Order: sequence, then structure tokens, then C-alpha cells
Amino acid sequence: MATTTTTVPGAGPLAGSRSFLSRLRDGDEIARLGTFLFAASVVLITILLVYELWQGSALPRHQFGFSFFRTSVWDPVFDQFGALPFIYGTLVTSALALLIAVPLGVGAAIFLAELAPLRVSDTLEFFIDLLAAIPSVIYGLLGIFIVVPLMRRVIQPQLKHYLGFLPLFQGPAFGLGFLTAGVVLAIMIIPYIISVSREILLSVPRDQREAALALGATRWESTWKVVVPFARSGIFGSVFLALARALGETMAVTMVIGNTPVISASLLSPGDSIASVIASQFKEATGELYTQSLIELGLVLFLLTFILNGLARIMIVVTSKRGTGLGQA
Amino acid sequence: MKRIVGIVLVGLGIASVLAAGSLSITGAGATFPYPMYSKWFDVYHKENPTVEINYQSIGSGGGIKQITEGTVDFGATDGPMNDDQLKTFQDKHGCAVLHFPTVLGAVVPTYNLPGVTASLNFTPQALAGIYLGKVTKWNDPLIAGANQGTSLPADDIIVVHRAESSGTTYVWTDFLSKVSEEWKTQVGKATAVKWPVGLGGQGNEGVTGTVKNTPDSIGYVELIYAESNKIPYGNVGNAAGVFVKASLAGVTAAAAGAAKAMPDDFRVSITNAPGKEAYPISSFTWLLIPARISDAAKRDALKNFLSWMLADGQNYAEALSYARLPKEVVAKEKKALAQIQ
Repeated sequence: MATTTTTVPGAGPLAGSRSFLSRLRDGDEIARLGTFLFAASVVLITILLVYELWQGSALPRHQFGFSFFRTSVWDPVFDQFGALPFIYGTLVTSALALLIAVPLGVGAAIFLAELAPLRVSDTLEFFIDLLAAIPSVIYGLLGIFIVVPLMRRVIQPQLKHYLGFLPLFQGPAFGLGFLTAGVVLAIMIIPYIISVSREILLSVPRDQREAALALGATRWESTWKVVVPFARSGIFGSVFLALARALGETMAVTMVIGNTPVISASLLSPGDSIASVIASQFKEATGELYTQSLIELGLVLFLLTFILNGLARIMIVVTSKRGTGLGQA
Repeated sequence: MKRIVGIVLVGLGIASVLAAGSLSITGAGATFPYPMYSKWFDVYHKENPTVEINYQSIGSGGGIKQITEGTVDFGATDGPMNDDQLKTFQDKHGCAVLHFPTVLGAVVPTYNLPGVTASLNFTPQALAGIYLGKVTKWNDPLIAGANQGTSLPADDIIVVHRAESSGTTYVWTDFLSKVSEEWKTQVGKATAVKWPVGLGGQGNEGVTGTVKNTPDSIGYVELIYAESNKIPYGNVGNAAGVFVKASLAGVTAAAAGAAKAMPDDFRVSITNAPGKEAYPISSFTWLLIPARISDAAKRDALKNFLSWMLADGQNYAEALSYARLPKEVVAKEKKALAQIQ
């Protein structure tokens, strides 16, 4: 993401040299305290969230321990709960979504930022922002009415016919399942990737392009070999923003994934994801262990997001060190 | 009656002074009777402008949870509270929680079999077999035997069930538990279970959508939902061995059979009810009211509403495709009103 550190004129060393009282009177100190509190609230909310999830899931944590992550039984009647199929479903659908959305999204961003006339680019940007603002339940309906029948009638039979020897494309074509969820998620996250990546690409300094062109590079060479690598960490940022949305997406996924907690190598199989099962079952979950197991799933999702975000940070740092990146942009 | 109304009016008078205007009662729970309840609360509010009843249809489990926590004045559920839940309530509030049946509904099997136009008959064993994953083909003798004269395909059955917890699932699994020992021991009855086979659809509309879109599939939805959306559904064999198509009459017949043996706490399951006309996958839906309400105005208003619901309120049921309560049950409930103190 385009994080920019802005320095406010008048703040800084000068502000420090005045007395506390005069700063208080001018409003500087109040502004500093106020904004500090706002910033601190982010940390506070995160801590509170983890604390609540941790407290709320005491029962299953004691009863199941780490086997919660390993078992794949989810049986509310006999109080047996395991998170594995949901973790699997979340990871598989998100990975599929990225696999589809990243090439499309980055490609579109390159066109909009580098090749398209500015007016076309701005008009399309308007539509992309519109797409990003559509509620996910609408995407879910789109999934049910368009993607699912298309999958069942056309795409999945074709996949089975030509690639059926792979374990990825075996089993009956329900239309619902991992693949469909991945496709719907991809549709949902593409606007994010395009929008952010386009901004990043546009912010690459003009002289970078001019230097490349002056050295005899073609338009595409300057784009692909200079501009895109320069913006690489920013593009990674957009991808991870999209991943975060895919991981936590609830309504659209629950409408098309089939809601069956199974682990299957086949992408055509129905499955379930963490966010989807929480949304489905929380409101009518009866019994402490059941409710708390769902809360523990929330904790697992938090952990998953945390780990993936951490990896994203590391990746951005590593790529920035190679002399590219947003640091200068 | 006049006296009760008088007392209520006095109570309301006091309350209205205190609450600056009107008395507001909140409830939460089952989604299945929500259209009925919102109609009732609306009509009742028009007749008694000082009483306003707010209802949130958050699901049966949520209704039980909220009434136990004391965050609402009454709860509502499609499956009666079990003994553990009753005990939890008793321990927490020092009084019992009462069940009041309000209306009845039914759950129907719906299917999508291209080329089959006749209304299919399902024996209870066939339904249990299909949902256990033991009956896997449409031309299985268990299905074909009850449908002589209809040619059934040799295709795999695609089973669809509710993805989220729901009262509909409770009624469905309650029925399957009664007719199949294997279902009872392996799966059991609950608002959400570990399904041996099948795809999960989100809500009645999710199940319907999946069944409509998937040839050779079978699912289950509420009768009201099937009726209002013109979805074809099958006949189910009842305890007397007769195949019955779900209808309000069939549901009331099931309730009438159970009405004679109605326990004092009204917690009764009427699935697989006796009687030739009884539709076997029927159920009451209940309001959950604490036996002790310390706020006199609220108590009187709730009691007044309940007696209205049992009398005039019942007349609105059929128009909304709910089956009304049998007379015996109404009489019994009127007596039970005295338990609210």
C-alpha cells in the first residue's frame, strides 16, 4: 500500500523547543495527544479482539488442545469439533482466487497506468472503484445465479473431460465447491488489485521511464523491465490487501462453496471455509462447547491472517532491499 | 376479560407515565414463524397502541440464548428447550421458563428429477436412507417400491441440506431420528448436525436454489416456503402407512393426535404423529416466557397478548400458510397462562 510519511511544517524540532504550556495553548499538544489516542486505539482494538477470542474459546482450547487443528470432524450433536477442513477450505479458495486475480488484476493495472489514454484510464478507474464498493452478498448472488450454473454445465464438465486425469478435477460436477468459491472471490478482489496497483504504477517517477526509453528500450520493455519492478513492493501490497479480503470473505463464499466440511484434493468438491462456517452456524449455535469452538475458529482465522500479513511484510522488506520499491515513490 | 383489560390499562397507564408514552416489549428467536409474529405484533399494536412488541428473528438457538441471558422479555424457538437448557435457566433466574405453542408448520422434501412429473412418494425409510447416504440411486427399490408406475432414473441422488443451523433442520432430523434407529445413533437431532452426505445450502432459498439448479437432487424446505415459491414437493409416508402431501389440514391433524397427550409443559414433538391424515414432518413453534416477570406492566401486557394470540390471533394463521392450534391445545394454554407471575 502507498504508505507515505508526511512531515507537517512547523512540527518537529521547533515544536519541541517551546514550553509545554505554550504548546498546549496553541493546540499543538492537544492535537498530538488526540491523534496519539486515535492511533493507539488501533492497537487497543487488536489486543481487545485477541483477548476476547482467547477468553471466549477457553472450553474447546482445554478440551481439544492442538488436536483442534488436526481433526476434521465437525459434529454439533456429539460435541466433536475440528478446524482442519475449514482451514484447508480458506487457504485453497484464497489461493485459487489469487491465482486467477493476480495476473488479471496486475495486467489490467499495467494497461490502465502505462498504455491507456488518461481519459480511458480515469473512466475505467471509476467503474473499478464502483465494483470494489459492491456488497459481497451481491457477488454471492452473482455466483449462485451465473457462476454456479456455468460451472456445472460448461466449465466443470470440460475440465473433467480434458484434465480429468488430475486428482484436482475429479468427482461429480455440482457447480458448488472450492473452484466456484475461488472464482467468485477472484472476481471480488480483482478491483482491489487493479485500483491499488494502478495508483502505484502511476506514482513511478517519470524519469525512470524516460531513462529506459532513452537507452533504447521499447515501450513494453520500459514498462515490464523498469516500471513494474520499481513498483513491485507496492503491487505486492495490493495483492496482500486482496488476500486479506479473500481470507475473511463470508457471504459470497458461503453461498457458493457447498458448506460441507471435507478435505478433498478435487477442486470440484464442495467444501467450507472458516468465515463461512462462523456466519452459517454462530447465530443458532446451542451449547457452550459449540459456540466456543466457533469462536476458536475466529481465533484461528485471526492467526492465519496475522501469519500471512507477517509474511507479506517480510516479502515487501526483502524486495525493497533489492533497490526497488515504494520507499522513494 | 374486562377485568384483565382494566388491570392492564391501569398498569399501562402507570407504565406510560414512567416510560413516556408506550410500553415496549422485546423478543427474539425463530425465523420460521417470523411472518406470523410480525403480523400479530403489528395488529396487536394497532388494537393496543400503548404496547409495542419488537421481535428480532435471529434463529431458534439465538432465541434460547437470549432469553436465558435475560436480554429479551421473551424468546421463540422451533425446537423445544432441552432439560439442560431448562435447568440452566432455572439456576440463573430462580424460576422456570414456559413454552407456549403459537402455530404449526411443516417441512417438505423437494426434488429435481428431469422427466418425472408425478408427485413422488417417500417412505420414512427411504428419506432416512437417502440422507444417511445408503440409498444412492433414484431407482433404488426403497424409492421405486413406493412409486409404482413412475419410471425413475438410475442416476446418483444429490443430497442437499441446510448449511446453517436452523429450526427446519431440527424438525427434519427429529423426524429422521424417530423413524430410523441408525439415524438416531449416528447423527441425532439438532439444529445443525454432522451430515453423512450432501451439499449445504444457505437458508431455505439456498436449498431451493441448489435443488432447482442441480438435476437429480433432493432437499428439504419449510412448507410455507415451498408454497409461496411454487416449488414441487413429495408425499411422505406417515405412521399409519399412508402417503400424505403436506397441507395445513395434514399438519393440524398431526397436532390433533398429539393434543390429547399434550404434556403440561407443551414440550412435545409431533413428528411421525399417529392418524391417517397426519402429515408426519410437522412441528409446533413456541414462545418462551419466563414464569416470573417482576415488571407488572410487562407481565400483564404479555399475558394479554398471549390470550389475544390464542383467540383472535389464530384467525390470521391460515392466510399466512400456518396451521392454527387445535382447540384442545388452546384451552390448555389458556389455563397455563396463570403460571406466569
